[in-house]
Amino acid sequence: MSDVPAAAVELELRREREATEKTFVGFWVYLMTDCVLFASLFAVYAVLHNNTFGGPSGYDLFHLPYVLLETFALLTSSFTCGLAMIAAQKRDKRQVLFWLGVTFLLGLTFLGLELSEFRHMVLEGNSWRRSGFLSSYFTLVGTHGLHITIGLTWMAIMAVYTWKRGLTDQVRKRLTMLSLFWHFLDVIWIFIFTIVYLYGKIGV
Amino acid sequence: MNALFAFDLLGRLGWNQFPTNPIEMGGAAAIVLGLLFVLGVITYLKRWKWLWKEWLTTQDPKRIGVMYIIVALVMLLRGGGDAALMRVQQSISVGNNHGILSASHFQQIASAHGVIMIFFVAMGLMFGIINLVLPLQIGARDVAFPFLNATSFWLFFAGMALVNASLVVGDFSAAGWLAYPPLSELRYSPTVGVDYWIWSLQVAGVGSLLSGINFMVTILKMRAPGMSLMKMPMFAWSVLGSMSLVAFAFPILTVTLALLALDRTIGTHFFTGGAGGNAMMYVNLIWAWGHPEVYILVLPAFGIWSEVVSTFSRKKLFGYTTMVWAIWTIVLLSFTVWLHHFFTMGAGADVNGFFGIMTAVIAIPTGVKIFNWLFTMYRGRISFKTPMMWFMAFVVIFTIGGVAGVLMSVPAIDYQVHNSLFLVAHFHMMIVGGVVFGYFAALTYWFPKIFGFRLHEGFGRLAFWFWSVGFLTAFVPLYILGLMGATRRLDNYSASLGWQPLFIVAGIGVALIGIGVAFQVVQLVVSIWQRDQRRDLTGDPWNGRSLEWSVPSPAPFYNFIKQPVVTVRDQFWADKQSGKKPMQEYEDIMLPKNSGLSVVIAGCAFLFAWGMVWHMYWLSLLMIFGIIITLVVRSMNPEPEYRLTAHEVEKLENARKRQLKTYEANV
Repeated sequence: MSDVPAAAVELELRREREATEKTFVGFWVYLMTDCVLFASLFAVYAVLHNNTFGGPSGYDLFHLPYVLLETFALLTSSFTCGLAMIAAQKRDKRQVLFWLGVTFLLGLTFLGLELSEFRHMVLEGNSWRRSGFLSSYFTLVGTHGLHITIGLTWMAIMAVYTWKRGLTDQVRKRLTMLSLFWHFLDVIWIFIFTIVYLYGKIGV
Repeated sequence: MNALFAFDLLGRLGWNQFPTNPIEMGGAAAIVLGLLFVLGVITYLKRWKWLWKEWLTTQDPKRIGVMYIIVALVMLLRGGGDAALMRVQQSISVGNNHGILSASHFQQIASAHGVIMIFFVAMGLMFGIINLVLPLQIGARDVAFPFLNATSFWLFFAGMALVNASLVVGDFSAAGWLAYPPLSELRYSPTVGVDYWIWSLQVAGVGSLLSGINFMVTILKMRAPGMSLMKMPMFAWSVLGSMSLVAFAFPILTVTLALLALDRTIGTHFFTGGAGGNAMMYVNLIWAWGHPEVYILVLPAFGIWSEVVSTFSRKKLFGYTTMVWAIWTIVLLSFTVWLHHFFTMGAGADVNGFFGIMTAVIAIPTGVKIFNWLFTMYRGRISFKTPMMWFMAFVVIFTIGGVAGVLMSVPAIDYQVHNSLFLVAHFHMMIVGGVVFGYFAALTYWFPKIFGFRLHEGFGRLAFWFWSVGFLTAFVPLYILGLMGATRRLDNYSASLGWQPLFIVAGIGVALIGIGVAFQVVQLVVSIWQRDQRRDLTGDPWNGRSLEWSVPSPAPFYNFIKQPVVTVRDQFWADKQSGKKPMQEYEDIMLPKNSGLSVVIAGCAFLFAWGMVWHMYWLSLLMIFGIIITLVVRSMNPEPEYRLTAHEVEKLENARKRQLKTYEANV
């Protein structure tokens, strides 16, 4: 490949750069569509949150210290995900794997806490069948949980890629998208924490 | 809960789910025999390998576009058949005569007609035409994400297959094309019909959403060097507007369908009558998607008209900048009018007033566009080729329909005509006269660019006349019937109402449209038959203005030998005026490799949806894993592209030139 003229190399580099740009713009647009998806679910929650149909309201059900624990787990995972990205910039494969592992465990903790909260509610007879309020609660929070599950699956796959292939351009590109996704889910959670749990506890 | 996780092999599928009455059996037989016939022909001609290699796995947007259009045209026949059945029923089902269809079957046909025409005809034609034209027009060789593009198409195909499967096994939704609850809730629609509706739209809708993202990025990031946004052809602008709407509206559809599915499967209470559900929330949500959807369909048609009118008037488009602003005003306003679909909900005078005013306001940018086209024609050298004929019909029909729409934007009037045939006439005038006519014009206009020969002009005109006269005959009576009080989806009415003559006139109109469709089929067959005399040797059969006409017809799979450089609007027209010839310089071209994984993903999506419809949850779960595994396999592929070297391009180009010589000798 040594006899390739400099202009061709230049062209190739430009192509790669453009391909990366395209992917990131596309991923951002996708995140915005996901944002609309959550916005719709928030709207549904806003409409139904008082329709308790004689059943418990958010005030009766939510336990703020527990939710705070979930929140800490998720927010810390966002921080460690950032550390993994810094390590990726420094091309430090072992650090990337370490921080991805920590992020994964924190995400799993969050998911476990959420599922056990759900289980608790269902066992007390307050499942999504109970009322319009609970239907919208489970669906909004559950959709976020589903996204977390997808994120964790993706993270596991990316860890394997990082381990097997090293921090190639492609792997770093995908890691960047994964971290965007992960931070995005954090932002959504902030809204869930505020609108569902905090407002729910105030009883508005 | 237990039912959800039980290993129930066939779910609720059983022998009693196959049709028993003659018309339903006819429909089922037509689907099954049609499918067997196509498969048989392919096997007989030994074309499977060719089909797989050249078409099913292709990532060339032009071929994907052709597949979209073939599916959409077949679905047009199916949806048109539904329309004909409804017209026959309403022409004869008076008083004690109950016509040819049972009440429930009539409702299924009405629902299927709407769903098929919007999702699988109009959307299919739209994405087909965008795939064919858009990359060429902006000087790109491909779309931003070719694999995603193919996947979108196959998801669209899977959704289409699911709708048609409902003809053979089970039934289709009888709850109208948007399936309002509480009728669409489990309690009132216990069969699989509504589930078929939900899941076919969910699968096709995800495909549309991905396409929306794809084309947005294509336009934003892949334009030829020098083509600033304000130098883009108007069609590209209209697609950008439409695709932005897709990206912002389709997630709402996804949510709405998912919530209805949850109500029907795990017993949530989003839209149920009791337990704190709210049916009107469904109506709000579905129209928060549904109204933008109308503009998703019509904006690309507006773009097509802009291209057609300026080409056939030999003038640059009048008021380019105002056109762009009109598009974006429509994009914005389309999210502020959804409530006009249900003024009668009783939201109160202030809310209705707001939405009424916004609805009337949206007529302004639309009117700006109509006037711009008319001013483009003013003092132009107009040649009335078929696409231009469609435009003339469009202006008349769309204006009549639009004025009826403004009339209905007044809530007090809407209370009178809500859910009546007046409304049915209005939206058919917008969607057939505005959207479908536009797509027909586009098919005639860009056909030579894709296939290398022109469509037969005479049969095109005959089709046009039967279509437009038939269309007015079919829908003007519906305005009158609507004012007389006829509501939508009537399978029987009293003779004393005096509606029958008008329904018969409408039926005659549909028969005329049927003749128009027949002429379109003849036109296609004759054109293929005579293709050697109709070859487009120049690549520029209409004296066009934008970049797609600068490449030969049919456009090579790599689109451009060298990516064009743009300095002005209507670059190709400017080049022709100045006598500038494109440079003959060959370069290496990177193109996406074929991939069968899109077909696999869509196959999994189909079976997933099938499992959800029939409560075979094990199958759905399995298919989710199938999709994940396929995506991982795809992500492992390090080289999704291949290099077409400059030398190979030169060989291909020389072969094409030799071919061209033989054609020229034949003429």
